[in-house]
Amino acid sequence: MIDWGESVQRMGPIVAVLVTAAVILIADLFPLRKRWLSVVALVGLAVSAGYAVWLLGDDERGSAFADTLVFDNFSAFFQILFAGATAAVVLASIGYSEQFRIRQGEYLALLLTGAAGMMLMASTTDLLAIYVSLELTSISLYILTAVAKNERSMEAGLKYLLTGAISSSVVLYGMAFLFGATGSTSLDGIAAGIAERYDEVEFAIILGIVFLAGGFAFKLAAIPFQMWTPDVYEGSPTPVAAFLSVGSKAAGFAMLLRVFYTALGDNEVSGDWQILIGGVAAASMIIGNLLALPQTNLKRLLGYSSIAQAGNILVGVAAISAGNDEFSIGAAGTMFFLASYAITNLGAFVAIILISGRLGSYEIKDYAGLGRRWPLPAAALALCLISLTGLPPAVGLWAKVYIFNAAAQADLWWLVLIAVGNTALAAFYYLRVVAQMYLREPDGELAEKPAVDVPLSLSVGLTALGVVAFGVMPFPLIEAAERAAEIFAA
Amino acid sequence: MLTFIVFSPLVGALLCLLVPRRREADTRWVALAGSLVTMGASIALLVLFDKDDGGFQFLERATWVNSEGAGFKLQYLLGIDGLSVALVALTALLTVVSVLVSFGITLRQREYFFWLLVLETGILGVFTSLDLILFFIFWEVELVPMYMLISIWGTGRREYSALKFVLYTIAGSSLMLAGFLILGFEAGTFDMTELRNIEITDAIVPLNVLFALLIAAFVVKLPVFPLHTWLPDAHTDAPTAVSVMLAGVLLKMGGYGILRICITIMPAQADDWALGLAVFGAINVIYGAILTLRQVDLKRLIAYSSVSHMGYVLIGAAALGEVGLMGASLQMVTHGLITGLLFVMVGLVYDRTHTRQIPEMSGLAVRMPFLATAMVFAGLASLGLPGLAGFVAEFTVFIGAFERFEAPTLLGVVGVLLAAAYILWMIQRVFFGPTSEKWADLDAPVQWWEGAPVLVLGALILVLGVYPTWLIEVMEQGVVPISERF
Repeated sequence: MIDWGESVQRMGPIVAVLVTAAVILIADLFPLRKRWLSVVALVGLAVSAGYAVWLLGDDERGSAFADTLVFDNFSAFFQILFAGATAAVVLASIGYSEQFRIRQGEYLALLLTGAAGMMLMASTTDLLAIYVSLELTSISLYILTAVAKNERSMEAGLKYLLTGAISSSVVLYGMAFLFGATGSTSLDGIAAGIAERYDEVEFAIILGIVFLAGGFAFKLAAIPFQMWTPDVYEGSPTPVAAFLSVGSKAAGFAMLLRVFYTALGDNEVSGDWQILIGGVAAASMIIGNLLALPQTNLKRLLGYSSIAQAGNILVGVAAISAGNDEFSIGAAGTMFFLASYAITNLGAFVAIILISGRLGSYEIKDYAGLGRRWPLPAAALALCLISLTGLPPAVGLWAKVYIFNAAAQADLWWLVLIAVGNTALAAFYYLRVVAQMYLREPDGELAEKPAVDVPLSLSVGLTALGVVAFGVMPFPLIEAAERAAEIFAA
Repeated sequence: MLTFIVFSPLVGALLCLLVPRRREADTRWVALAGSLVTMGASIALLVLFDKDDGGFQFLERATWVNSEGAGFKLQYLLGIDGLSVALVALTALLTVVSVLVSFGITLRQREYFFWLLVLETGILGVFTSLDLILFFIFWEVELVPMYMLISIWGTGRREYSALKFVLYTIAGSSLMLAGFLILGFEAGTFDMTELRNIEITDAIVPLNVLFALLIAAFVVKLPVFPLHTWLPDAHTDAPTAVSVMLAGVLLKMGGYGILRICITIMPAQADDWALGLAVFGAINVIYGAILTLRQVDLKRLIAYSSVSHMGYVLIGAAALGEVGLMGASLQMVTHGLITGLLFVMVGLVYDRTHTRQIPEMSGLAVRMPFLATAMVFAGLASLGLPGLAGFVAEFTVFIGAFERFEAPTLLGVVGVLLAAAYILWMIQRVFFGPTSEKWADLDAPVQWWEGAPVLVLGALILVLGVYPTWLIEVMEQGVVPISERF
């Protein structure tokens, strides 16, 4: 028996986002100024985030629709993260999306449905619901990548669609194995089924794990489904690339943690996949960083860096055995790193939107001398790149320390060594961009002073502020991640 | 008190940025005032320091990040003992010197002094922090300022050198971070005051590997052969003030780390590794000295001599006895003063001749008597002339190390002979001999901001050479507890 009232109330943050999307689609039919649509979107996201904060305070685990969705600190944490990230993207898009002309309404509505799908991904505890929310997110994103309707954008959209479709079918295949082996689609049911007769079905479970991990890797932008990342980042509209790199990745990790920690967290089983995830992490870091080194286009560079960062975060997932009865440090580290990465990478992307919007180029060589020409945006970008490298005074440093600490506690010392080695590799290409901005002189002059895009500047300022504020005082973020990780005890 | 000392340069740095653009030339006064405040405070610290009271003093403790479930308790913990108080004072002094010798800078002054003072905060933080993670953070702070300082205000292949410096350092410090995390997890704390009482007996990696991880960053920084190649490049291309900071205090971060962290926390492994370290120390001394002999670039010559001199620190530390450790610590302070002075001199000579090629210089003593005198003085101190500071330190190292390692110590003594050779030969080629026609109309008045640091550093070298007792007593307070671990 489904209690609809209770269910809808628990789903508040998601409902708020979906309602906003509907309102925007309808309002778009009227001859309004398009800017008002963005305001509506921002209000809707604020309501959603506020609701999620309120749910986080009440600390209770609730569920909806016969336990296919659960609402706990974990889902509230991700709802706040997605609402915040989407808001930053909306702010950054207000000026940018004018080039889409009449499609601005659809653009915003798709961002919101994508966000709702991500929020659902963080809340589902049933394989079928996972698949549905995964598709809701993916379909929104397929369209968004192609929304600019120029050749590059269409190509990006098509590439994303094809890889996405393949990975979805791989996920489905993996789910079929898990269902077949345990007779249940709910994560708790699978865990129970495994506990009951692991020995008989071990092979099917392992196949299921391999296919699921492979398919999820698409969302994470990790090996082996990483090929789309640089092309899609380069081709799609930059705010969409920002949304992909942060939202889509975080949603993938939320789903990964739920499935692997809840359904497959049993000691015997996790021994099977810990090595697999660790290997994927190591490969993603190494390959992502090595391929990022020769890049000359900033968006492509961030694409490869995003693969490497996915590897970094996977280090936390692999550290499942670190922790105690209260919470898993690996999960807390994953979430803390995700939050830190979200702020930082959004900051980098919005700063790039601002700078490249004025410059008309995403080539690193054209960034020469920006430190003197536009000191504030350049400083914001430099700060975010420093945070991605993991140097003080930025939040990225803490994320790195925390997640490596988790891996050290899980006895994954080989992974720690590979990860720290990669830090040095990554420093090379991140700092190269910083050097370009501060050490070189610009070629030629720009004609006039560009107009200031207020909402975009606001989102640049806020993210940069977040990077420093959490860099000096990381504790609130760590605490939030640890509370959210309480649903997984090691 | 310590917080004030560590962060006052940062405040000064921010003030430098606030100087209005049209009065940019006055930034140097702001920077000078900032660095003098820090130096005043560290002199006060030196006076207030109680050398009869064991343990760490001026402790400042606050919980910064506390996540007990994750075993992740992070403290803001500053404190000093005899070892660090001397290095803090040295850092503050050399920063004032660096600011003074930078008075002639004209390019982007605000940013220049900003980075210089940020650098000072990072170094002071390393010498005062007693929490491993805090130590690591301060260790990383220094990277960006150094990168900027070398690559913007440097000469020659400055970007290459700056990048090389950064990559070497990051590679080392990443391994150090891994080591810290593993160590902290085993011991259950990152607090160095507790760690020095804990015996580490087991870890997820073999203990010798853990020791290697911990020492990696420090041997890069010191630097130890064969990881030293970044140093000559960085020095050659860095502006004078940065060379002073680099040779004067940055290298000491390596030696300090070895004493404070590697040897103190893992004494048993240090014992296993001692012979290896001593051998590498001897290689450093000899190899560095031979390379020094062959240099024709004045600045590169001094840089390689640093490599050679840092070998003594390693030999002394490897001896693991009270005398050896004492010698290593003394060598860090005296080498800071002497090499600081040498780099100041090289900078001053270069400002006048606009070349650093030794063959192009000859008989400069006639044209610049003051500089020549000071250079001879610094050179004599560097080669370990009795009565000057360098002798005291090197002599202590040899006494301490000879009981334990005879062969490496003897090789070290040979290094002193080589030092005499390269220093005297350099002085002879640069300052004496026939005065080249080229320098006939060289007019070299010495400005007060150039003369003052030379006199102050020279006086200190002389005082410490004649009467080292006071410094030794202060440093003993820090060194004895370390040697008692064995």
